[in-house]
Amino acid sequence: MLTAEDKKLVQQVWEKISGRQEDAGAETLERMFAAYPQTKTYFPHFDLHHGSDQIRGHGKKVVAALGNAVKNVDNLSQALSELSNLHAYNLRVDPPCSPLQLLAQCFQVVLAVHLGKDYTPEMHSAVDKFMSAVAAVLAEKYR
Amino acid sequence: MVHWSAEEKQLISSVWGKVNVEECGAEALARLLIVYPWTQRFFDNFGNLSSPTAIIGNPKVRAHGKKVLTSFGEAIKNLDNLKATYSKLSELHCDKLHVDPENFRLLGDILIIVLAAHFGKDFTPSCQATWQKLVGVVAHALAHKYH
Repeated sequence: MLTAEDKKLVQQVWEKISGRQEDAGAETLERMFAAYPQTKTYFPHFDLHHGSDQIRGHGKKVVAALGNAVKNVDNLSQALSELSNLHAYNLRVDPPCSPLQLLAQCFQVVLAVHLGKDYTPEMHSAVDKFMSAVAAVLAEKYR
Repeated sequence: MVHWSAEEKQLISSVWGKVNVEECGAEALARLLIVYPWTQRFFDNFGNLSSPTAIIGNPKVRAHGKKVLTSFGEAIKNLDNLKATYSKLSELHCDKLHVDPENFRLLGDILIIVLAAHFGKDFTPSCQATWQKLVGVVAHALAHKYH
């Protein structure tokens, strides 16, 4: 469970990347497609080349959603309810969150790349927990 | 047998050549114990693991981290023969240490994050992809002798 300290750390991380959030989103997706090619199966309709407008656009959406989750960290279930429906009934991304775990790993790599030493073990821990909580909420409605 | 392209081998060795095994190993193991605290159950005799600061400063954690990453270096030298290279270690982790192989995957992912933090932008998506493949293959080899 996310402690008060975890929530504070996650918010701090978010502030540290403010202004670079769009880039972070695109980079996360790019890394995910490179490291885990099976995730591309969810995007057959996308141009997946480096710098593609679709990746930028989608990365922006993903990061905005994560930002919303950060703002509503005390009520993830409600804040992510629409997205949860979408992932369960429309997108049907494989549970139990395996691709979302891969996304989480790539997002953490992006944070580490950009924050270097500032991505402390405490922050790493808090963000890992946060991403797990988000993935769990998104998978709530699967069955 | 896992196939490694020339480019992948290059990406592995160029990163590895710049890694400080002691520092990196210590940090990766410390983060494993901090981010996934249940892994502390394998290190009962390590002394003070009560806080992130204690874990990071713990000399046994540092020493063991170095040992683990040094062993990883062996894997890198033997990319075409990983299962044989790790055969004894695999038996050890199963029969004596009783480590769930899922934890190898967790450590692998953490190592990637440590490398990313150290190398910054130089840890490109291709680099990450190759290293994710490497840690996956190492984890698989370590799990191979489980029964």
